[in-house]
Formats: sequence, C-alpha cells, structure tokens
Amino acid sequence: MSIEATTLSILGVIIAMALVTLATRWGGVYAMSFVPIRPRVQRFIQAMSGSVLVALLAPMAVAGDTAARLALLTTAGVMLVFKKPLLAIACGVVAAALFRYF
Amino acid sequence: MAVVGSELYRLNKLLVWQGFKQLAPIGMFVAAFGAAFGLAATQAGLADSTTLTMSMLVFTGTAQFAILDLWGPELPLFTILLTVFAINSRHLLMGATLYPWLRHLPPAQRYGVMLVVSDANWAMAMQTFNRKEPGLGVLLGGGIALWLYWVLGTWLGVYFGNVISNPKAFGIDMVMACFLLALVLDTQKSLSTFITWVVAATASLLAYWYLPENSHVIVGALAGGIAGTMVIDKTPTEESLGEEKNEH
Repeated sequence: MSIEATTLSILGVIIAMALVTLATRWGGVYAMSFVPIRPRVQRFIQAMSGSVLVALLAPMAVAGDTAARLALLTTAGVMLVFKKPLLAIACGVVAAALFRYF
Repeated sequence: MAVVGSELYRLNKLLVWQGFKQLAPIGMFVAAFGAAFGLAATQAGLADSTTLTMSMLVFTGTAQFAILDLWGPELPLFTILLTVFAINSRHLLMGATLYPWLRHLPPAQRYGVMLVVSDANWAMAMQTFNRKEPGLGVLLGGGIALWLYWVLGTWLGVYFGNVISNPKAFGIDMVMACFLLALVLDTQKSLSTFITWVVAATASLLAYWYLPENSHVIVGALAGGIAGTMVIDKTPTEESLGEEKNEH
C-alpha cells in the first residue's frame, strides 16, 4: 500500500511509526503481566538479556567492514585484559578511526 | 540484604538525575548520530519539520535511518511500518527483561518509563540490576538524556548540515557497538553464560544470512534465552539446587 506524500499524510506516517515503536516499547511489559514469574521464566529472562546484545553485535563482528571488526576485537581484548569499560570503548573507536585513516 | 534486594525497583528524582548524568557522555555520540541522521534525512528529501518531528516522536536511530531508503513522493506505508516493527521488535524483549522490576511500579510509571527505552539505557540498567543496585533511574534518566541528545543532534544536522560530515572517519559509528560489547563482557562469566552467548550469536548470524531482513536480533535473543533456560537448569549451582527442590 502506497500513499501520496502530502503534508498531512507525512504526519500520519510519522505518527503511525511512533505508534508501532510505542507498541514495541510497551508490548513486552504488557505481555509479561500475564506470565507468572517462576524461576524458569526468570532464567529465560536472564539468559535473554545478555543474548539481545550478543545477537545485535554478532553480525557486525562477522559481516561488518574491517574497521568495525577491528573496533569490536580491540574492545573485547582490552575489556578482557584490563576490565575497564571506558578504556575498552575508547581503544575500539580509535582502532576503527586509525584503520580508516591509513 | 534481602531488604536491599527488594528495593531495587525504586525510582526517585535523585536516581533519575544520576542516571541522566551517567549516560550523558555516551549521549554526545548519540547527538553526532542524530546530526548524521538530520543530514541524511535532508538529503533524502524530508522537510526540516518532518525530520525533527520524527526524531522527537519515534526516537529510534536504526529504524529512522532504515526508512530513509523508502522515502519518496509515494510512501509505502506497510513496508515502512514493517521495517520499523522488525528493527524495534527487540524492545519487546527488553520490556520483558525489565518486567521483574517494573511490575512493582504503578502502571502509569511502569509504561511512562518505557517511553524512552533504547539499547544503551536498557543495557546499562540491566547491568546496574545485576550489581544489585537500583537500575530504573538509569533507564529513565539515561533515556531522557539520550532522547534530548538525539533530538538536539537531529536539529543540528538539519539546520547546520555538515556538523560532522563523515562520522565514520572518526570511528563514531562504532561507539555504540563498542559500548554495548563492553557491557556484555562486564557481566559475570560462567560456562552457562558462554553457551548461551554461542547459541545467541549462531542463531543471530543464521537469521542474518537466511531469514528476512532485521529478524536477527529477536531470533538470536530468543534462541539464547531458550538455551540459557536449559543450560542453567542442568548446571547444578547452589541457587538452582536450593530453589528447584522447593519449587517442585
């Protein structure tokens, strides 16, 4: 379904986008209000919370450009050795910038 | 100690302010991205007011960038909304992971806090909860900070164009990914966590290559969640041994 872009229809599309996004922000909380929080559910939630980030990062780390992969690798390395998040982030970003510069 | 644990859901002005300050530094980079979006949107033919309204009301970086490709004299409404939904479906999971704490709040607060949920403040809040500290202030305060920077950045990009003409040259596009990765690696590591991550990463990559676009986050996260449930079940830690027996 395509609609012609007019001032009014554009505003409508933006509001629809906002509502869809809002539904995703509210939906998970709302759905969980029907689920009793048993230990098993708690473990699922706990495992899922780390997994969201891993699932987000995996394609960047594997299929991203070399600079992106280098940045993530550097961050991971510094993080595992020094356990300092800010340092790890800074090193990762600098690694990407340097790679693109040269 | 049990008393401290039960109050982790508390939310007050001080906690919100602390959360705001905690995420303000990363917000600077969000502003840089907002500027990049403002510029890209102008180039894609969006009116200034349209771009700003979108950033204010929708507040979701990745999805906003994605729909610029679909923008034109004819707007494919269904495709636009499907793209927005697919990219943002991870919010559904984030909401679910926050529920154990949010359920203690009255509904207006519970859903009010969720208005500003995004990757960075959610990840930071979960990490705060893992440290047994109250995390909803980070979620709300940090979210407000990120929203302000996103809108401010968009405005700069729209009206001043090339504030940062090429954020990639400075590695700015990698800030958020490195930040999230550092948070992931800052958690307690165990064999069950490792297995969970491997499953999540594998499922995400398979979805990235073989399933419809933008489905990888939700597929990977659900796979990791299911794997974690099974692995943690079978790993005899004191916690699961002690509580499982009572449960059944």
